[in-house]
Parts: sequence; C-alpha cells; structure tokens
Amino acid sequence: MIEFHNVSKRYPGSCDALSQVSFKLGSGEMAFLTGHSGAGKSTLLKLIAVLIRPTNGQVLVNNENIGHISRRRIPYVRRNVGIIFQDHKLLFDRTVFDNVALPLVISGVPHKEIGRRVRASLDKVGLLNKEKALPITLSGGQQQRVGIARAVVNKPPILLADEPTGNLDPELSREIMDLFAQFQQVGVSVLIASHDLDLIAQMGSKVLTLHEGRMTAGGMHNEPQGQL
Amino acid sequence: MISPRVYLARHMQVMLATLGQMVRSPMSNFMTIAVMGIALALPTGLHVILKNVQQVTAQWDGAAQISLFLKQSVTDKQADQLAKVLRQRQDVKSVTRITRNDALEEFRQHSGFGEALEALEDNPFPAVIVVYPTQESDNLLTVQGMLGSFKERPEVELAQLDMQWLKRLYAIMDFGRRGIWVLAAMLSLSVLLVVGNTIRLAIQNRRDEIEIIKLIGGTDAFIRRPFLYTGFWYGLTGGILSWLLVTLSIWLLSGPVSQLATLYDSNYSLTSLDISSSFILLGMSILLGLAGSWIAVSRHLSAIEPE
Repeated sequence: MIEFHNVSKRYPGSCDALSQVSFKLGSGEMAFLTGHSGAGKSTLLKLIAVLIRPTNGQVLVNNENIGHISRRRIPYVRRNVGIIFQDHKLLFDRTVFDNVALPLVISGVPHKEIGRRVRASLDKVGLLNKEKALPITLSGGQQQRVGIARAVVNKPPILLADEPTGNLDPELSREIMDLFAQFQQVGVSVLIASHDLDLIAQMGSKVLTLHEGRMTAGGMHNEPQGQL
Repeated sequence: MISPRVYLARHMQVMLATLGQMVRSPMSNFMTIAVMGIALALPTGLHVILKNVQQVTAQWDGAAQISLFLKQSVTDKQADQLAKVLRQRQDVKSVTRITRNDALEEFRQHSGFGEALEALEDNPFPAVIVVYPTQESDNLLTVQGMLGSFKERPEVELAQLDMQWLKRLYAIMDFGRRGIWVLAAMLSLSVLLVVGNTIRLAIQNRRDEIEIIKLIGGTDAFIRRPFLYTGFWYGLTGGILSWLLVTLSIWLLSGPVSQLATLYDSNYSLTSLDISSSFILLGMSILLGLAGSWIAVSRHLSAIEPE
C-alpha cells in the first residue's frame, strides 16, 4: 500500500530531515512510527499526504509514484489517505455531523448516502448520539474520535495518524488504538506516529523507528539503488 | 466521476449556503453592497440623464435651418418678394416668413419680457425669413454654401445657420458620453477592488477551514466555489441597489423636470432605466462581483497550503 524507496527529504537551508528511508506497509497492515521529536516522523507522514515532495527517492501509494504528481492530482491522492491529527483539526463552527460529512461532500457523494455513511462512521467510534453537537462541547477524547470518524468515513485504504493519543490519558489512548486495530482488521493500512512506547509495546504491531532522519528499525535496509 | 445531478445540486447548495452566510452578517455585507451600489449608480444615473437629453434633442436632429435677418429698411413687400424667390430654389424645402409684428408678438408671449417692450417706442425686431433646406441638401457643406449665397443678398442684414449650436450640443454630449465611460471604467475598477478586498478578508477568516479542506482532499474548485458565489451575490445585490438608487433619483427629479417642461410648453417627462439597460446594469454588476472574487481567490487561495 505504502512503499518508500531510498526517500530523502531536505528542507531548504537545513540538513536532511529524512535520508535514504525505505520501508513497506502492506494492505491491512498496521505499523507504528517512533523516534524522538525531530527524527522525521512528521516529514514521513507529510510525504504520504503529499504535503511535501521528496528530494530524492520514490514514494508509492497504491502503486502510484506520488513524488511528482501534478498539483491537480493531489486532492485525489489525499482522498485515499485518511489523516488523523494530534490537534484534531475540526471545524468548530459546524456540528459533529457536518465535520464528519465533509470528506463525502468534497468527493460529491449524494445527499442521502451522506447521512447513512456519516452515522455508520459515528457509530463505529461510539459517538452516534453526538451528531448534532458542536465539537467545542466535546471532551478531548471525543474530539479525537470525531477526527477518526471523519478520516474513515470515505473508507480510505490508508489511515495516517500523527500522535493521535498525544493529549489523552492511558485508558483513552488504549481505546483509540483499539479502534485503529479494528480498521486494520477490515483491510485498512494504518500508520501511526507515536512516541508512547508502552502503548506501542501493548499493541504488538510492526514498529518503524526513525533516528535523525534514518530508519534504524523496521525498514528495508541496504536496498540497492535504482532497483525500481 | 460525479454525476451531473449531484454536481448541480452541490452548486445550488453552495449558492444558497453563501446567501445564508451573507444574511447572517448583514452589517458588514451591507457596507460592501452599498459601496458597490453607489459606485455603479453614478455612471448609470449619468447615462440615464444623457439619454434623456438625447431624447429631447432627437426631435431637432437634422433640422438645419437658416435664419435670414432682414435689414430694417426692407419693407414687408420686399420681404415677401425675397421669400418667393428663395422658395423657388432647388435646395430649399420651405420658407417661413416672420414679419416684424409677428416677431414682436411671439416675443411678448413667450419670453416673459413683454412688459419691457412697452417701454420701447419702435419695434426692435427685424423681419426674419427662415429657410429650411431639402433633405438632400441638409449637410454642412451644402448648407454652408447656401448660407454664403444668402449673405450676399442686399436685403439680408445677417444670415445665421441654426445648426451650429446643435452641433456644439452634440459635441458636448459626445464628450459627456466619453466622460461617462471613463467614469464607469474607474468606478468599475473600484468595485472590483472592493469586492476583491472583501473576499480576501473572507478567505483569511476561513483560513483554517480552507486548510482542513485541502488536507482531506478538497479540490481548488471546491474551495473556490463558495467565494465565487459570494462574489456573485455581492454583484447581484449591489446591482439591484444601484438600480433602486437610480430609479429613486429619477423619480425624485421627475416632478421638477415636468414642471420645467410645462414652462417650456412641453409635456416631456423623464424616462428612467429601460429594461435592457437594467439587465445590462445587473449583468455588469454580477460580472464585476465574480471578477473581483476571482481575482482575490486566485491570488490568495494558493497561498494557503496545509503544513
């Protein structure tokens, strides 16, 4: 589903944020991305969401090299990638329902269909009774789950989460992680950036470790250059 | 990928949603709309006034006439003789004689200075022969030739081509028309900037929303759409406001104008904006609203990229 081949990213005027990173995440596979802050976790996630472009190497999503796709194609790539943010990125002037419905509205799903799918998604994260609430009235954990509902409402094959449990207590964090595991079980590729090592250990999934821009564990090492 | 029906429904939905947003914050939107309305009402109003002036002068169009003021020594009989001779010319359609008494009488009735005449012993008015050229000879060159030949006659004190002032009036109106275009162009530009600036602020206010929509796969067209519809609504409502302003002004002016017309023995009344002009006004206004928002959107939307 996601493949990195010798991917490097250098921001202008600084050293490599990522260098020669190679890894593979298959369909229905879940992996954790760890490393201290500044190790390149966010950079890696941003590359998958085409928020930034690689300096070198290839980023394949659904077997498409997204490193050099045109600006116009970017939205369609992002629709295949559900993203969950640490700060939720909800729209606070709209109800929970409208927030979750946004990806469907964007991709032009018919009105009737939207209601059904939004409720299914909210049901999945256990917030069906909150559809008319404004996000501001919800707790942090609930807001995170609204963010998850929005990320999965489009049934994307890939889920990315950037520190999804960063602000939550251990019990809530565990609940959120179990939710991700459920999506993985129905065939979604899940990549979670987190530094919560205890929680990661509990989940028993693949772990990709970054250290100063290099993948020190979990990746494909010493890949011959130019294999693809 | 998206069915036309869904596409259309989505447009309608955005159209109504943006209208709803405008209605919810009436004060700030009203400022923009008012600026647009006034800016558009100015050239439109001037256009209406010019059109009215044109209407008044249209009846005089092409009616060149040459007035021959005869010498005081010329008797009525001699004047009659001259009129007869002139009437026989090929290039003359008709000739009107105004005797000295007629002239005096006409002046007494219409000028309002009748009493002043009482003070005079003699009739100060010369006899006048008004010559109307035929249609074929009604052009400046021929008429000027006629004027020259009339001047040479011994009975004629002064020959005057009464087209001159009409030509000057037309020149002034041409100037006015050009002036209105210049004014309209400049005010349109200001409307463009006002709408552009309002949309720019709206974009900045919704920066977070735009970022999030981009993050979850919203296309540029999807993000652009509500702002363009907002521009459309500004255009439409601004246009309607300017139409109302012009119509109201004309209505306010129509009373005094018809009074003035009565004093000139005319039943002339002001005409307001006709239907086609009204539609042109609304169309232009909508176009300006759309263009202003398009400029703002294309300038500022690409600057917002999620990180």
